[in-house]
This record gives sequence, structure tokens and C-alpha cells, in this order.
Amino acid sequence: MSTRSTHRLPAHRRLTLALAAPVAALILSLAVASIALVLSGSNPFPAYGRMFSYGFELETLVDMVNRATPLYLSAVAVAIGFRMNLFNIGVEGQYILASIIAAQVAAELSLPAPLHLVVIILVGMATGSVWALIAGVLKVTRGIHEVISTIMLNAISISLVVAMLFRQWDVPDESLNQETAEIPPSGRMPDLNGFVELFTREIGKGRVLWGFVIVAIIIGILYWIYVARTRPGYDLRASGINPLAAEASGVSPKRTIIVAMALSGAVGGLVGLPEVLGRDYAYGLQFTQNLGFAGIAVALLGQNHPGGIAIGALVFGFLDSAAPILDVHGDAPQEIVEIMKGIIIFAAVITYVVVQRRRQDEEARAASLAMGSGEPDPPAEASSDAAESDTRPAT
Amino acid sequence: MTPALSLENITKRFPGVLANDRVNLTVAEGEIHAICGENGAGKSTLMNVLYGMLPADEGRIVVRGDEVHFRSPKDALAAGIGMVHQHFMLADNLTVLENIILGAEPTGRGGRIDFADARRRVTELGDAYGLDVHLDEPVENLGVGERQRVEIIKVLYRGARILILDEPTSVLVPHEVEELFRNMRDMCARGETIVFIDHKLDEVLEIADTITVLRAGRTVATVKPDEVTPRDLAELMVGSELPTPEARTTTAQDAVSLQVEDLSVLDDDEREVVKGISLEVRRGEIVGVAGVEGNGQIEFVEALLGIREPSQGRVLLEGADINEWTVRRRREAGIGYIPEDRHRRGLLLPAPLWENAMCGHQGKAPYSRKGFWLTPKAARNKTSELIAAFDVRTPGPDVAAHALSGGNQQKLIIGREMIMTPNLLIAAHPTRGIDVGAQAAVWETLHQAREQGLAVLLISADLDELIGLSDRLLVIFRGRISAALDPRTVTPRELGAHMTGAATDAEELQHA
Repeated sequence: MSTRSTHRLPAHRRLTLALAAPVAALILSLAVASIALVLSGSNPFPAYGRMFSYGFELETLVDMVNRATPLYLSAVAVAIGFRMNLFNIGVEGQYILASIIAAQVAAELSLPAPLHLVVIILVGMATGSVWALIAGVLKVTRGIHEVISTIMLNAISISLVVAMLFRQWDVPDESLNQETAEIPPSGRMPDLNGFVELFTREIGKGRVLWGFVIVAIIIGILYWIYVARTRPGYDLRASGINPLAAEASGVSPKRTIIVAMALSGAVGGLVGLPEVLGRDYAYGLQFTQNLGFAGIAVALLGQNHPGGIAIGALVFGFLDSAAPILDVHGDAPQEIVEIMKGIIIFAAVITYVVVQRRRQDEEARAASLAMGSGEPDPPAEASSDAAESDTRPAT
Repeated sequence: MTPALSLENITKRFPGVLANDRVNLTVAEGEIHAICGENGAGKSTLMNVLYGMLPADEGRIVVRGDEVHFRSPKDALAAGIGMVHQHFMLADNLTVLENIILGAEPTGRGGRIDFADARRRVTELGDAYGLDVHLDEPVENLGVGERQRVEIIKVLYRGARILILDEPTSVLVPHEVEELFRNMRDMCARGETIVFIDHKLDEVLEIADTITVLRAGRTVATVKPDEVTPRDLAELMVGSELPTPEARTTTAQDAVSLQVEDLSVLDDDEREVVKGISLEVRRGEIVGVAGVEGNGQIEFVEALLGIREPSQGRVLLEGADINEWTVRRRREAGIGYIPEDRHRRGLLLPAPLWENAMCGHQGKAPYSRKGFWLTPKAARNKTSELIAAFDVRTPGPDVAAHALSGGNQQKLIIGREMIMTPNLLIAAHPTRGIDVGAQAAVWETLHQAREQGLAVLLISADLDELIGLSDRLLVIFRGRISAALDPRTVTPRELGAHMTGAATDAEELQHA
């Protein structure tokens, strides 16, 4: 009695449900930010207007993409863990350590241009991977929860970075700017200004679009292929959904934890490289921190989906790059965007759960209709961790 | 005498579905009234209406002569109706006493909880109804039977005089069921009235004073247990005549599929729960392993699958020693597995059916190519084929597994194993918790596969299933094979006695 057309909820219905959460989150965050602005004596509408028009200037968009690139990589690293119900809080430590080691290796190597770059990227991935593996190995051999071990590994890696910076550069000069030696031009990531300018006008104000965005896009595609189209990716997701059923199906739980941590760390090792290879050509004190934690938020917002994460990273990148204009004109404090980011995550996570329930109900109803009789079963085990693991790549 | 409860012409519609169609139910004061019917017959909807969780579209509810209108379970409780759900709702890290009074705490001065008063009242209740619980034990330490008693006391503590028990025996092992039935009789002797949902016919016949059968949302009959046979009752539930599993001529071949030699297995606490089991299953043969749960079956199966490492002994598949093989290698060598608990070890509930169908076969065509690249389109097609062949009632392969009813989930699991034509099928409780119609379909499937030369190791506690399906019967008791029986001659009573150890003890006494 079932026909092809009734296999799923209708397409428009699924689209509505998929879009409901982010749209609701955005509206709610604007509303709350408006209240905050009004309370602090600012008028929200000119502020938003200014952010919007400034935000869509070409140079600001370049900033947005540069900001979104490391966020995207960080969020993918976190999402790989989430898919298997592993909470890799250690992306922070993984990318800091990977960045300094990659920068140092890059400065000391001399290789032809493309190869040099490839080697640096691989060194970064390997470092991040090894660092994350420590947590993975501790989990499978000693049962230590990865949240605990990665928090500690974060602290250790920050200390290591400080030690490495000072051991080599603790020279008597009073310079505050401690950094690794400069990476030669063969190890730098070419920018994409020339490419973008083919389609638009010249990018001004000294802005540079980092070439690393290409790497981020490739990682995103590989992540999607891995998760949605390969057997190891299926094993990973199955273990995340039901580890016992996955085990009975032939998935080794320990192996999957190791693989997930290694992959998560490898992507995590890339997070700092856009800056190192595209702007600073060294690792120093001006290096951006906390991208690992921001990635957790973006992964949540993007529901571990490669496309969703891209949107989340771009939204956060937009807010960050457009916010400084508020201070320039004195419309509002630019910190208002931090409130907006917080509300977006909060609202998104809540609305995702609501939408998830709704979809389950509708599916259960459709299933019981297909049976032609009986009552709609209540969704058997409405998974409470829906926010973490339930959305799957559209296939 | 006024009935304790009567439901008159209750109708409840869901979009497109008539879940209850003018259902009538009259429950006399102090009786145990069983409601039975297939999965999806409308039992749960009816109870939810009665307990105020769903509003009825039509009809009246009358409690002790007064018409009532419940808007929430709170109203139902106020009228003296309490419900014990199939899935317990207890806080694991609180004690029994804390759980019982949770949300209805007696408070003393300044809003402080008066634990002394609570303890006194709960103890009184427990004594009065013969419900034995340890008040200071954290709930997480309790077994299933005891948790259920806590739930019952919780409802009694809130003043319920009419108890609704939703499939209370589905989670219990046989001796716990006996205890529950004793408690139920005690409660009725003290004037409680019990409405009890079940689909296990022998249980219903044993405990109920009156039985109401629902089918497709309608009341089809109200009978007394001494007026009907289990078969009559089953036919009332299904609405047609039933096939019975019957032992037929053997199709066993000479080739041994599974051979287990002196296998011992430890549980998580390092206790030896499987003690030197040896057995063999030949192609085309169904070997039944009968036993009350908790006699080492779970660990035994886990050792056969490679999930748990045996402490001693060997497992051979088609003559090859597979002791060192990983789970994956064993599954790919053709071991099919029907888990004892479909939610725990069987399904990826939030994932679509096609992803569930490939679970366990994800490295094989048509689900993947070269053991690496998934082939979703082919996987969907295979799943559609499975859905049609095994009569899984679903709109299609893209629906999430949690949207299906229990019986259909089970058919999906059985289908996903059978459609990949295993050499050996390990079937643990393959028809647990599914209705008689679906049960008959599963039995038929196993029969046919056996004739095609499939070796089946059937682990079960269902006497009819064991006797009707098996070519040979072994009894597992405290980790050992305690008896080998002939299913053609053994009676359910004898088998039951062996499973509970009664027969073995008697023999040992004779030998002593």
C-alpha cells in the first residue's frame, strides 16, 4: 500500500522543519540583542542597519571568510567527535600545539613551494592527531573520560607552547613579541585576492583573503563523504547512536574511538594554520586563542552537518567582522554581538530539540497511517541528545 | 453493586486513525481485570484516556457511579486512579523512600520534608499490601521486580484505589512474575481494583478475574478465564485461526555448522556465568536453548559473537576455529544475530530503516562496494525488498526506526538477517514482546530457513516457541547445560520444571 511518494514527509514539510530552527534562533537573538541595546541606551535599528551595510562591503566579507575558515575547521574537528558521542574539548590544545610545531618546522625546512606547504599542513595534522590520540588511548585502555583528559591536555599544551617560545627565544632583548622564526615564501599560503577580483572590484584597505579557505572547503567535502558515504563513517555514526548495536554489527568500539579521536585531532591541527600561513608567517603571541571552544558552539549550531557548520561559521564570522563598526560610530558597544552569538546558540539548540520531536511525531504518525490501523506509537525513545547526534547528512 | 469503573462508548481518533471505536469496559470492585489485544489494538490509548493523559473524543468515564472528566493524570489520581507505566519512571540516584514520596512529600514545619512521617506511612502501606522493599536503598541498586514494586507503592501512596498496570510482566522473569501476581492478589484482597494490560495469554488466564479483548480499537469480547482456552483467546485477539508451531520431520544435515567445546565465560564482575558448555548445531537444524533469563545466556551469546572473550574453550564455525576472530569477521562469515533486546543491541532508533537494515552487513553488497563505499541507493532498494518480503508495515525505507511499532521493528531485524542468507542464525528471544500475529510470521520464517539448510541456535524462555520450533532442546541452568530433551515428547510442564531447576534438583535428590 505504500507508494514511492509517501516514503518520507513531503519535501516542503521537511524543508520547513529544517529551516524553522535557525530562523527562529536568528529572530530571537535579534530580539534579545535589541532589548539589551535599548536597556543600555542605544537605538537598535540604526545599529543593525550600519552593521548590515558595513558587513556586506567587500573588505568586510573578506574578513568574514577569514574569520569563518578557522571556525569551520574547528567545528568540523569537534563534530567528528560528536558523531561518535565523543566530546573533544581538546581542539583548543590540539591546534595551538599543532600551529607552533608546524610553524617551526616550516621555518626550518626548505622545500619547493607546493611541497613545502603540503608538508607543513601534514605536520599540523599529524601533531593535532597525536595530541588527540593521547586522550583516545587513555579512554580505551584506562577508561578515562575524554572530557577530563582533553581539558588537562589543553593546559599541558598551553604550557608547552610557552616553554617552547621561551626556550628558544629567551634572548636578553626586551622584545615583547616572542615568536618563531619567519616561514620562507615557499611555505606561505597564496592569497585569493586575484581570484576574487576577477569577479568583483579590487579588494582595498590592505585586506587579504587567505587561501586556506580552500583547504577548509576540501576538509568539509571529505568530512561529508566520510560520514555519509563510507563504511567507516557509518560505523562511526552507528557507534554514536547505539554503541551496543554497533558492536554487535561488527564495529569495534575501541578502534572507533581511536579513529574518531585521530581524525578529530588531525582536523583540529589545521585550525591555526590559516593565520600562520596566511598572515603572520610565524607563531607568536598575537596568535588567536579560543578557536577550539568557539568550534564547539559552531558545531552545535551546524548540527554536525558540514553544510550547517559552514553556515554557522559564516554567521559567526559575519558578526565578528561587522561588529567593529558599532564602536567607530558610537551606535552601540560591539560586544553586543557576543550576546547575539550566545542567544543564537542557546535558541538554536532548544529549537532543534523541538523541531526534532515534531518531526518524530509526524513520522510516527505517517508510519502508523501506513499500517492502516492502530495508534501512533509515541516516539519510542525520543533521544535527548538529539542536539548532538541526530541530524544526518542529506543523502 | 456499582462497578468500580466503567467506560462507555469511548472513541478516540488520531489523524487518520480510529484508535478506540466505542469501547466499553466495566470493571467490578476488587477484581483483576485484564485487557488484552495485539500491539496496536488500542489498549494503550484506552488506558491513556482513562488516566487523563489523552482526552476522549466521545464517551463517558464513570468512577463508582459518578461521571468524571479528567484533564490530566492529576485529576485521575484525585479520583483514585493510578497508573504504573511499562517503562519505569524513577530517579536512579534517589532512595526508594525518596522516590516514593517525590512530588507528594509530607512537609513539617518550615516546609521541611517530614521523613519520619513518610517512612511510617510507606512502611504501613508496604506491610498492608505485602510489598517488600528496602526504603533506604538507592533505586539504581534494585532489580527490575523491586523497581516495579516501588512504582506500585508510589501509586498506592498517592491514594489510588484503582490501579492500571501497563504490561507489567513484560520486563519480569518468571519468578518475579509469580511474585507480582501474589502482590496483585493481596492488593485485591484489600479492596484495590486492578486493570491490567497484557498480551501473554497464559498470564492473563492465570491472574485475571475478567478479561476484555480489544481488536482494532473495538471491544470484541469480555470473558471469564475459566470459559476460554488460550487458543480461543488468541483467536479473539487476532480475529482468525492461528498457525501453531509444530515439530515436523527433521531436515538436519550431517555437516556441523556451529560447534562449541567446553566454553566458559566470565561476566563483567569476573564471575564465571557460563561453565563449560559444549554443544553443536548442524545445518538444517534448530537447537533450542531453554532457560530462565540470567542463567548465562547473554554472556554465552556474546562469546559466540566475539563480543566477549571466553575464559576457556573453543568455538568452531563450519569446522574453523573462530576463537581469535573479531566480531566483524564472524558476522561476515555468515553468523546472523537476532538480539534479545531489539532496542539495546539491535537498532539505531533515530536512523532510517535502510541504515538499520545494513547494520551488521555494512561491509557487504548491496549495502557497500569493496567493503568501503556505501551505496545508499542500492541499500534503499534492498530495504524495500526486505520490507515487502517480511511484511514490515512502514511507509518506506526512509522512515526512522523509532517510528515503527515493536512487532514491525522485530520483523525488520529478522528480515535484515534472513535476507542476507546466513549460515548460522543466533536467535535470542526472537518473538519477545510481539503480538501473536507477528510471532507466527517469525516462526514460519525460521521454519523455512531451516529447510533451506540454515543452522539456528534458538535462545528462548517461551515454552511454546521452544517446543514447537526446536529439533533438539537443551536446558541452560546456572551456566551449564543441565538437560537435553526431545521436543517431540517433552511437555511444557516438564520443560518449565527443568528451566527453573526443579527437575534437576529432584533428579539429584534421587541419585543421592
